[in-house]
Amino acid sequence: MGFLNNFINGISLGSIYSVIALGYTMVYGIAKMLNFAHGDVIMVGAYIVFVLTTGAGMNPYLALLISMVACTLLGMTIERFAYRPLRGASPLAVLITAIGVSYFLQNVALLIFGTQVKSFKSILEFPSIKLAGGKIIISDETIITIVVSLIIMIGLTLFVNKTKPGRAMLAVSEDRGAAQLMGVNVNATIALTFAIGSGLAAVAGVLLCSTYPALSSQTGAMPGIKAFVAAVLGGIGSIPGALIGGLAIGVVEILSKTYISSQLADAIVFAILIIVLLVKPTGILGKKYIEKV
Amino acid sequence: MKKSMRKILAAVLALTLIVGLFAACGSKEDSGTQTGAETIKIGAIGPLTGGAAVYGNAVKNGAQLAVDEINKAGGINGMKIEFRMEDDEHDAEKSVNAYNTLKDWGMQMLMGTVTTQPCLAVINNTKADNMYQLTPSASGADVIVNDNTFQVCFTDPNQGIASADYIADNGIARKVAVIYNSSDAYSSGIYNTFKSEAAAKGLEIVATEAFTEDSKTDFSAQLTKVKSSGAELLFLPIYADAASSLLSQASKLGLNVKYFGCDGLDGILDIEGFDGKLAENVMLLTPFAANATDETTQKFVSAFKAAGYEESTLNQFAADAYDAIYIMKAAAEKSGVKAGMSVSEIGDAMKGVMPQITVDGVTGSGMKWLSTGEVSKTPKAVKIVNGEYQAME
Amino acid sequence: MSSKPKSKLLKKDTRSDLITYAMVLVAFAVVEIIQATGSMTSLMRGLLVPLCMYSILAVSLNLVVGILGDLSLGHAGFMCVGAYASSIFSVCTRETIENPWIRFPIALLIGGICAAIFGILIGIPVLRLKGDYLAIVTLAFGEIIKNILCSIYVGYDSKGIHMSFESESSLGMEMDGKLIINGPLGINGTPTDSNFIVGIVLLLITLFVVLNFIHSRAGRAVMSLRDNRIAAESVGINVTKYKLIAFSLSAFFAGIAGVLYSHNLNVLAATSKNFGYNMSIMILVFVVLGGIGNIRGSIIAACVLTALPEVLRDLKDYRMLMYAIVLIVMMIITSSPKLVSFREKYGLRQFIKTKMANRWTKEVQ
Repeated sequence: MGFLNNFINGISLGSIYSVIALGYTMVYGIAKMLNFAHGDVIMVGAYIVFVLTTGAGMNPYLALLISMVACTLLGMTIERFAYRPLRGASPLAVLITAIGVSYFLQNVALLIFGTQVKSFKSILEFPSIKLAGGKIIISDETIITIVVSLIIMIGLTLFVNKTKPGRAMLAVSEDRGAAQLMGVNVNATIALTFAIGSGLAAVAGVLLCSTYPALSSQTGAMPGIKAFVAAVLGGIGSIPGALIGGLAIGVVEILSKTYISSQLADAIVFAILIIVLLVKPTGILGKKYIEKV
Repeated sequence: MKKSMRKILAAVLALTLIVGLFAACGSKEDSGTQTGAETIKIGAIGPLTGGAAVYGNAVKNGAQLAVDEINKAGGINGMKIEFRMEDDEHDAEKSVNAYNTLKDWGMQMLMGTVTTQPCLAVINNTKADNMYQLTPSASGADVIVNDNTFQVCFTDPNQGIASADYIADNGIARKVAVIYNSSDAYSSGIYNTFKSEAAAKGLEIVATEAFTEDSKTDFSAQLTKVKSSGAELLFLPIYADAASSLLSQASKLGLNVKYFGCDGLDGILDIEGFDGKLAENVMLLTPFAANATDETTQKFVSAFKAAGYEESTLNQFAADAYDAIYIMKAAAEKSGVKAGMSVSEIGDAMKGVMPQITVDGVTGSGMKWLSTGEVSKTPKAVKIVNGEYQAME
Repeated sequence: MSSKPKSKLLKKDTRSDLITYAMVLVAFAVVEIIQATGSMTSLMRGLLVPLCMYSILAVSLNLVVGILGDLSLGHAGFMCVGAYASSIFSVCTRETIENPWIRFPIALLIGGICAAIFGILIGIPVLRLKGDYLAIVTLAFGEIIKNILCSIYVGYDSKGIHMSFESESSLGMEMDGKLIINGPLGINGTPTDSNFIVGIVLLLITLFVVLNFIHSRAGRAVMSLRDNRIAAESVGINVTKYKLIAFSLSAFFAGIAGVLYSHNLNVLAATSKNFGYNMSIMILVFVVLGGIGNIRGSIIAACVLTALPEVLRDLKDYRMLMYAIVLIVMMIITSSPKLVSFREKYGLRQFIKTKMANRWTKEVQ
């Protein structure tokens, strides 16, 4: 029973990582940059929902919708003013700017909301599922998170493969120059990627804080990094890969917390990253591509 | 050559800028020492920004309240108190910088630092200067190794012992589980002595789980283990922020145990958005509870509110700091400290009388000090009932 | 006039290096003069060693960011390794080696070498890859090191060394046992061997090694990798080898800075403040503000950004926010392709020239 409960905890954590990793992997696949600020957009999304529900007493689903819109705009703003001027610059410059944006969001949140953590009230009010006479409990957050991550994954896959803007994304990710020649508006496509990724970040933020209800300016940082590990494990740029990687990282983290050491669980997760990079840098579902001169 | 000349010029300019900045502080120091004629300068150090700012700001408010009260009533030996608090961001290096800044200002006594780790760095400086140091809330056992340093709060080891004793002596539970923050000095300090005292008192520790500063939101693995261990009571020597998340996950998991914490849990009801029902029946050992009914606490609380300080800082840190200033006053009056005395003279005078004074404060009545710097007072246990702290027998 | 032909003999690089050394020496002399006149404030005296330490850190990170063209976000982690390794040595040998002039150099070597070993261990898997992996792996490394050192208890007694992840009491030491690392409280009682002269000497050594490395064959190889990896590979440059040399050299000096840090304060604990992500970012801000690849700029930026918040304490709330803005704005100004070509076309000098010309023509009219 203990193992099963822990496994469920792992799936619950893992599906949150999956939702975050989807945002990472999309931006990485199409804009070819590591959007460090993704984890912090999650934090902003959660704060917006917190202020609207706990502060203003709004309906939580309406709050989530507003938060998604706000994060979408935030993502596009970041892309327009911080990343777009650097298109074509060295990857190092883009990465440092992304770190700057991440740091900026964290510190603005710190100045506005202070250092004291906020207790995030779960927006979900469903009963938990009890199995085997109450020995196994699956909370409503776990079920919703898994369902949401599956819906997002399927939705994104359909969007990318079946719609015109989606196919434009694929084209840009394959070869930016050629896509531009074929009449794809590269700037608009990348902006759309950021918009979708940031909107998903708001969802991820709410799921994260509903399950682990402590909200501070650092909320998104660690899950963001672990979700990146998940994206690398699943194969960066691959949408189903993000889901698989996220679940795997979540389960490994919880099981190592339970059976190895609660202090070393993070170390184990990062050790996985290093091993993956050593053995199969393209990840589980990643594509291998050859660099041309 | 022209180009390199410009480079040299730029380097020299940068250099003069830095030196100029230092020189600017130098002149400040001169003006500072001249005004010290009929006042006594008490400095304080604590985190006013960064992750631990809530504690530092509470100390600042509590101390300022006491300083204002004393100055209104005529000061210490007729001297007005000049109070200045510097930020250390809960960092040892910044704390030493803050100490040096205060020294340049002309500080004669130090109330601080608020947190343990920076305090361990600063005690070497106060020792070298023989500066009298009274920390309101740095509870590490090593803080008071020098003879010039004294504590207002309990040491962490004492809190661990007191908690185990309280649980055992009152028959609250026999099977105990612990979840503590292994990367935090306060939390692991309490846990270490709790463990040995619990064994001595016949308590059975059925599960011990740790977490770290970076993973203080997800407790699902630890709580699952506690649940299957059959514990009757969960001991939580952790801070309120982590505890708020922990309690909410425990209720989701259907964990049915009693909760017992230390002074770090104080303030859990003030966390924005926290559902107070989750903390119902949580017991904690704390020297201060804002709605205790005794007269000193009531007086302090109403004065604190009347002065207009943020109510979120009305916690045991504010109370400790408030007491600290009054303790300094009592010791200074007893030893006849005068404004003209040097830092070292004041240090000698104050540490001589510390074992002789008795102070009735907000955080305990009849507080006395050993010459080692340790305080002796009785801990109070409170229980959260209907969203309020209620004193336990 | 006489200096003109002489300077022709020196190469441009050498001249620039000499200016950097001269700057450090002048700063040293100025501080010594102020100290001799007795007008040194306590704050300034306390800041001298940190200024040297942050300068060394900034120079060593600039070697990775500016010369190697990669990003290390775990520089504080290497510093942490150096600080802990050297502190363990110094605490253990405090009684046996009493002379700090013998003990401290050994501590420096131990700290630097341990950090370099970790640099190699991390570098081997990661430096073979392209992209942003080094940043994320070093970041992860820094956090892991910090977490492990925060939870570990180490002590020794007559039976040998004891280690535990649980508590001091579970070490099971004999009565004569001595605790070295006390979990989150870290190491207490490191001798305060750091001082300003040692700091300046170490900074000069760091500069000497780093500047010479840059102008050496290895340095040119590394820079060719940064500028065009494929071209460099095609002329037979061993990518991993040269990258690893530069990276471990950088880790070595970060470790040296850690030794200075731990021997300046006498208490050492791995908190997120001193060895965490925030510290790594702060060093990055020094490098970015000073100019990526500009060693002298790193030192100036490190000194200004360390001293300024101490002097202007009221602005502290906004310090971190300013760091963030510095990162974004500096990168856009220096690296945005549009701005770069704009500057090249209408550089400041061109701008002034045309403006002057316009004014002149106006006046004539």
